Amino acid sequence: MLFLVIGGAAFIWSFQNAEERIHIPVGSVHGVWIDDMFWLTMVVIGIVFVITQILLFYYSYRYQYKEEKRAYFFPHNNKLEIIWTMIPAVVMALLVFKGWKTWTKITDPAPKEAMVVEIVGKQFNWIARYPGTDNALGNVRTNLIDATNELGIDFSDQRSVDDILPSEIHIPKGRPILFKIRSRDVIHSFYLPHFRAQMHAVPGMPTKFWFVPTKTTADMATETGNPDFKYELVCNQICGANHFAMRAVVIVDEPEEFQKWMSTQKAFVADKPELLKNLKNPQGIVLDTKKEGTNKAAL
Amino acid sequence: MASTDISLHNNVPIAHDEHDHEHDHHDQPFIFKYIFSQDHKVIAKQFLISGIIWAFIGGALSSLFRLQLGWPNETMPFLEPILGKWIEGGKLNQEFYLALVTMHGTIMVFFVLTAGLSGTFSNFLIPLQIGARDMASGFLNMLSYWFFFLSSVIMFTSLFLETGPASAGWTIYPPLSALPQAIPGSGTGMTMWLVAMVFFIVSSLLGSINYISTIINLRTAGMSMTKLPLTIWAFFLTAVLGVLSFPVLFSAALLLVFDRSFGTSFYLSDIYVAGQALSNTGGSPILFQHLFWFLGHPEVYIVILPGFGIVSEVIATNARKPIFGYRAMIGSMLGISILSFVVWAHHMFVSGMNPFLGSVFMFLTLIIAVPSAVKVFNWLATLWRGNIIFTPAMLFSIGFVSLFISGGLTGIILGNSALDIQLHNTYFVVAHFHLVMGSSAFFGMFAGVYHWFPKMFGRMMDEKLGYIHFWLTFLGVYLVFLPMHYVGIAGFPRRYYSWTAFETFSQFADLNMFISAAAIIAWFAQFIFLFNFVYSIFRGRRADANPWRSNTLEWTTPIHPGHGNWPGAIPAVYRWPYDYSKPGAEEDYIPQNIPHSETKSSNLSSEKELE
Ligand code: HEM
Ligand SMILES: [Cu+2]
Ligand SMILES: [Cu+2]
Repeated sequence: MLFLVIGGAAFIWSFQNAEERIHIPVGSVHGVWIDDMFWLTMVVIGIVFVITQILLFYYSYRYQYKEEKRAYFFPHNNKLEIIWTMIPAVVMALLVFKGWKTWTKITDPAPKEAMVVEIVGKQFNWIARYPGTDNALGNVRTNLIDATNELGIDFSDQRSVDDILPSEIHIPKGRPILFKIRSRDVIHSFYLPHFRAQMHAVPGMPTKFWFVPTKTTADMATETGNPDFKYELVCNQICGANHFAMRAVVIVDEPEEFQKWMSTQKAFVADKPELLKNLKNPQGIVLDTKKEGTNKAAL
Repeated sequence: MASTDISLHNNVPIAHDEHDHEHDHHDQPFIFKYIFSQDHKVIAKQFLISGIIWAFIGGALSSLFRLQLGWPNETMPFLEPILGKWIEGGKLNQEFYLALVTMHGTIMVFFVLTAGLSGTFSNFLIPLQIGARDMASGFLNMLSYWFFFLSSVIMFTSLFLETGPASAGWTIYPPLSALPQAIPGSGTGMTMWLVAMVFFIVSSLLGSINYISTIINLRTAGMSMTKLPLTIWAFFLTAVLGVLSFPVLFSAALLLVFDRSFGTSFYLSDIYVAGQALSNTGGSPILFQHLFWFLGHPEVYIVILPGFGIVSEVIATNARKPIFGYRAMIGSMLGISILSFVVWAHHMFVSGMNPFLGSVFMFLTLIIAVPSAVKVFNWLATLWRGNIIFTPAMLFSIGFVSLFISGGLTGIILGNSALDIQLHNTYFVVAHFHLVMGSSAFFGMFAGVYHWFPKMFGRMMDEKLGYIHFWLTFLGVYLVFLPMHYVGIAGFPRRYYSWTAFETFSQFADLNMFISAAAIIAWFAQFIFLFNFVYSIFRGRRADANPWRSNTLEWTTPIHPGHGNWPGAIPAVYRWPYDYSKPGAEEDYIPQNIPHSETKSSNLSSEKELE
């Protein structure tokens, strides 16, 4: 009983103490749905938690052994069983229904106009690739990977010629972004806690996750009062010694800023003509030099 | 132990004397009596003691990695004498950190909570509670322990390898577990892990088959399936789950062995690692996850079902009250067991599997909450208007219910695939399963040990120490795992050696330190139990024949039952095991072997014809 009171108080206190911090700000459209669903479920299970724990400790306290007393012989009651089977069943049905709605909305195919970014996990960092002007990523082949061509891009595929591999990951606010996720070696997990986004990166099986960012990095800096705020990309599947350090930063820009950044990015092959020369199958490749340097992600 | 005679068979009365084992006359050489024994009670103790040893090793490993997590910037040169080269410049090696996490999980899940728990209590209680002389096959039972022992030796040896033990997490997802180039622990360490697990599975299957056939065939006269104590129902379903799911882990492991050693590509495709492209194509790492979790999810119920059974029995006995809803309890265990085979992919919501499957598995997963809730309500109803005696076993049982509620409820959050996007692989998951599986199952195990210790060793454990042990452990568990939910909600990832590089997670330094301190203190509190256990075996107060005034058959055996359990004929059974505080009865309990003709005053109207 004592435990219940003190424990309950400690629990409430610690929760309040931590609440501020555990509620990390959300930066995507569906993230808000997930948060709502989460706190709704929390309330439901919180109620059950409080009632059952109180009964458990109260009964234990109230019905302590007394020599002269007899326990009440009460072996079963079917009505009670049915009631307390039905109630959780109904509550669960409601939660499943709402969860299912949210889940399908999140995992439905990305809208056509979504901007594509490829993100590849490897021991122990992330590589991003943008499709360039044609808005199409070129083929990749594992056996083409080497120190320069880390993704094994097949440059005999016309679509790959304008692909961009920038050193930073930028995305524009307010537009659906479709991340095409791959891994080069072991399983990693592409996890963006602020966007409530997560998907494993699996070798040999491309995966994807799309969402609409709603706040730029600068917006977040204002909201959190932290001028250095960064959206962090976290690897969330054990992948080796430096798993814990497999971090990248995602920068969300206003659309105009994003355009500006994109226009400064060069196609990956622009300064590596040898990649095109060494092609095993170089027929039909014309490097369109005009476009270099003025690449725009198709809008 | 009283005199035993292994050649005696069912129905042959066994001579019994009341000597103590110190001056016992040995019919058998020591080695067959205590080491290569076929007596289910001795085998149970072997499993128990092995399990306890493993639990302390597993706990020590976790204390090491909690040190690292709590104080990531400190150097820990004092660990150098223990860990040798795994401490470099006072810092724990990163790969060794992952090895610690992996081995902690493997040891706790398989060696302690599967072998240690089922191995102890299924072995000990099945023959005693159903009224059998021994297991269906004493020989297979003995083999089961020795395969487990062999497996233990291999797993333990792997801790000392030059390249370290397996380090890909206890779920050993390939390709990480398949490629030594990706992490050194996937070399010899992983090979030994796989070999050890193969022996482990053999041991588990031998045990389970034995439990099932014993329960089906060797029940004493009158012991129908609906008069079985809930413990036996729980062990029965546990064994069925084991028989159906462990072979799948076996095949998953076998295919992994092929990929590792014989160049096949079941799980591998399009990999470039350590500066080299591998030729494997066409394999799928997801296939492994499906196979693994097809065992892995039933496995968590293999771990918790014995706890359900033990706790039901202990609560009914000590509340002096029939378990509420006996049939609903069996029904809910059956429901949970069946459902546990169709929910495995809730561990894979974000693995890249088709989102439609995610919907299906969310639905099936959340159904499991219903029978789980029914169990909790029935336990609560059993306590209601009881006459509760607080033995240490009872405290641990009540603690079990509390932890099971707390951890089960967070399952409802994780089972929702939309929410799992955010929470998968965070400390929220770690908190969830440590409460519901780790801690509850341990509490079930403690309850069992405190309750059946007198039957095992003929002596009582010290109650005072038991109370201290309970309160320290109970508080410790909540102090460790409650804050883990908080950091988990904020997205804190599991299996992280250090979190200081991330701004999002650095704010939790204080909580991490707190968790670590609580975990290490809770681990030390277990030494109280160890002391109590060892001391009481030799010096404990001598037990009465039925110290808890319990109804089940094991308490009708002599204080030191010999091999064969009952010196005379096996008692027949006339009633269910929960006739506690029956109105009109003289005592507040009526053992199962008392016929209705002797209890005319308390028989219910429906029982009149049984007189
Ligand atoms: C109400 C019932 C339960 C539900 C709905 C539930 C749901 C889940 C879900 C969805 C996960 C996966 C989380 C993730 O990896 O993202 C999970 C993990 C886990 N659950 Fe439960 N659970 C329940 C009860 C239990 C019970 C009774 C046990 C054990 C006795 C258990 C043991 C585990 C374990 C060990 C893991 C983590 C495995 C790992 O990744 O290492 N759960 N649970
Ligand atoms: Cu990683
Ligand atoms: Cu599961």
